Amino acid sequence: MSENTGKRNRSGAVKKALIAAFPKTIPIMMGFLFLGMSYGFYMKVSGFSFVYPLCMSLVIFGGSLEFVTVTMLLGSFAPVQTFLMALMIQARHLFYGIALLEKYKETGMKKAYLIFGMCDESFSINCATEVPENVDKGWFYFFVTVLNQFYWVAGATLGGLLGSVLTFNTEGLDFVMTAMFMVIFLEQWLKEKKHYTALIGVMVSAGCLLVFGADSFLIPTMICILCFLTAFRKPIEKAGGLL
Amino acid sequence: MTLGQEIITIGLCALATMLTRFLPFLMFRADKPTPKYVRYLGKALPAAIFGMLVVYCLKNVNVFTGSHGLPELIAIALVVGLHLWKRNMLLSIGGGTVCYMLLVQWIF
Repeated sequence: MSENTGKRNRSGAVKKALIAAFPKTIPIMMGFLFLGMSYGFYMKVSGFSFVYPLCMSLVIFGGSLEFVTVTMLLGSFAPVQTFLMALMIQARHLFYGIALLEKYKETGMKKAYLIFGMCDESFSINCATEVPENVDKGWFYFFVTVLNQFYWVAGATLGGLLGSVLTFNTEGLDFVMTAMFMVIFLEQWLKEKKHYTALIGVMVSAGCLLVFGADSFLIPTMICILCFLTAFRKPIEKAGGLL
Repeated sequence: MTLGQEIITIGLCALATMLTRFLPFLMFRADKPTPKYVRYLGKALPAAIFGMLVVYCLKNVNVFTGSHGLPELIAIALVVGLHLWKRNMLLSIGGGTVCYMLLVQWIF
């Protein structure tokens, strides 16, 4: 009897977390189905069967790297270069991990998958959302992560299978991602009392973009952000207001 | 490339990705207290990263050619306006995206 109640409570908590998580992922569903399909279609026209986007979206699960990998697969075999290139494209995950260290504590068995599936979008939602008191945090993070990966894998596979099946004009639909990051940035801005770190992020990125160009500004940006945050640690901590 | 080389290439991409995802969690184990500097970074980084991601999304906008980044500027202003007004994520994101699509398909 008590075991049954326990089970019911647990499945109730899981369901509650799913209901809380799903609405947060709707914009990502739009973006990922669209971008995933473009990626699957791109692989298809590059001469790969749908099995490639399916496997790559499952094991890599990183949009920009997967697009680059298509070019790598079409070129000659260069394992060292491939590995280094992948490290550089994905280096921003190091930041996400540091920011999520505390949040992902005590998520138990789910932790390994939470880390495995940590993309820009899942990071942003899990980092920015204040999970309601009565919802299990671990399961909330889990559903955000697994739904997002599901959208991406489904999109990539469908794109590879169906190709150019989209009949309405989708130009500009990818703006859904920009809009989402903008809203998350704004939410963070409204929540925090002091804006030093947000301003450092925007200004350093814009500066590095001007200096290094669109294709190679991320790594210098991350190094500079780290330097600024370290150099101004005392005043930033003294000013308080960090969430 | 042979099939074997393709599998190695994809495998290396997956391995590098997992390295970047798991490294912070392996370096700072949950059972040991996280160094103060890293905890500070954990708190100070998110706002900076969100700013970086916004710039990252707009990295290919060129203000000197084409539509001069006007559709992006208008759509972002709408996203911010809607969000300050209603504070509803889906409305702000949906409204901004539809506006952007109409702008790039019909006007610019």
